[in-house]
Amino acid sequence: MGDIFVLAISCIFVNNILLAQYLGNCPFLGVSKKMETATGMAMAVIFVLVMAGAITWLTSAYILKPFGFEYLQTLSFILVIAALVQFVEMFLRKSIPGLYAGLGIFLPLITTNCAVMGVCLINIKEEYDFIEALIASFSYAAGFGLALILFAAVRERILLSNVPKPLQDTSIGLVSAGMLSLAFFAFKGMA
Amino acid sequence: MAKSVVQEFTKGLWAEIPPFRLVLGLCPVLAVTKSVENGIGMGVATTFVLVCSNVLISLFQNVIPKKVRIACYIVVIATFVTIVELVMQAFTYELFLKLGIFIPLIVVNCIVLGRAEAFAAKNNVGRSLLDGLGIGIGFTLSLTLLALFREALGSGTITLPSLSGAGTVFSLFGPSFQPFGFMIEAPGAFVCLGLMLCGMNMLGKK
Repeated sequence: MGDIFVLAISCIFVNNILLAQYLGNCPFLGVSKKMETATGMAMAVIFVLVMAGAITWLTSAYILKPFGFEYLQTLSFILVIAALVQFVEMFLRKSIPGLYAGLGIFLPLITTNCAVMGVCLINIKEEYDFIEALIASFSYAAGFGLALILFAAVRERILLSNVPKPLQDTSIGLVSAGMLSLAFFAFKGMA
Repeated sequence: MAKSVVQEFTKGLWAEIPPFRLVLGLCPVLAVTKSVENGIGMGVATTFVLVCSNVLISLFQNVIPKKVRIACYIVVIATFVTIVELVMQAFTYELFLKLGIFIPLIVVNCIVLGRAEAFAAKNNVGRSLLDGLGIGIGFTLSLTLLALFREALGSGTITLPSLSGAGTVFSLFGPSFQPFGFMIEAPGAFVCLGLMLCGMNMLGKK
């Protein structure tokens, strides 16, 4: 039980997917201009990442490894993720329209979110068992959401301040992401 | 409207150079630029995938059904990424280990999918080839430049790729140099890229 807690903390804070592992930076800069979109994206990532983590782990353990198809890992994972996202989208539209209205536009973007693919690959690389993979997927996604929402709050403040012209928009965004990353860097001491 | 053939190639080197003008594909940019060797390796791998997928997708642009085009593009891209992965594993094993999961992650690099959707699906094979090559070389240049700054300041060395696979290390400042470790770590990557983008904006304003 203790191990799982340590794993969760290390995935959320110490190895934060955005700020320490550099994964998922395109949506990080793209959707973080407004709090609402950031929250929507964070929820969609948590939702999809847990499912994708579970399914890719099962694919790897029961299809790729027994038949010696490990070299097809990249191809099969991206297909599984793309199919999963499509399926989730259709399922939500049909059964839970309320949730679909909130997450809808973010779902297609998730296929090319490298955080999702990245976590699935990390799960296999670190040789987690099924429960650990589930916990790690959820924690990485929660870390993604945390960083995204924090960063959106920072960016809303930046909008109000007077930024020099060449630094505006993405440039100041990256520099402030650096500062946020520096804050998360301090968690390395906990490990 | 129609650009000359030369322009299709050169636009990737300045006017639309990723990731500065085309803010896409940031993850590998931030992650692998700890050393020049990694930067160049990643750039070349991405260029290969970009050129091959652009060519193939523009060849098949009339065959691929509109509704499932994104899925088709992803399969094409993933195939080439798998090829790169296996080739690098066979010939440059050390570089392959250093780049780690970022090689398979070329699949989800938005630059590759972005060029397939925005360019290769609408233009002929020759132009798509040049577009892929131009954007790929531009991407490699940016990676190399960022890696130069980060490695020189962060560890005081410059590592160039060599055929033996280990990389040739040049020491820049002599033994009394105190490395500026911030540049090698994650925060330095963000700040350095942000400042470079600012520099590009200043140059572009004229």
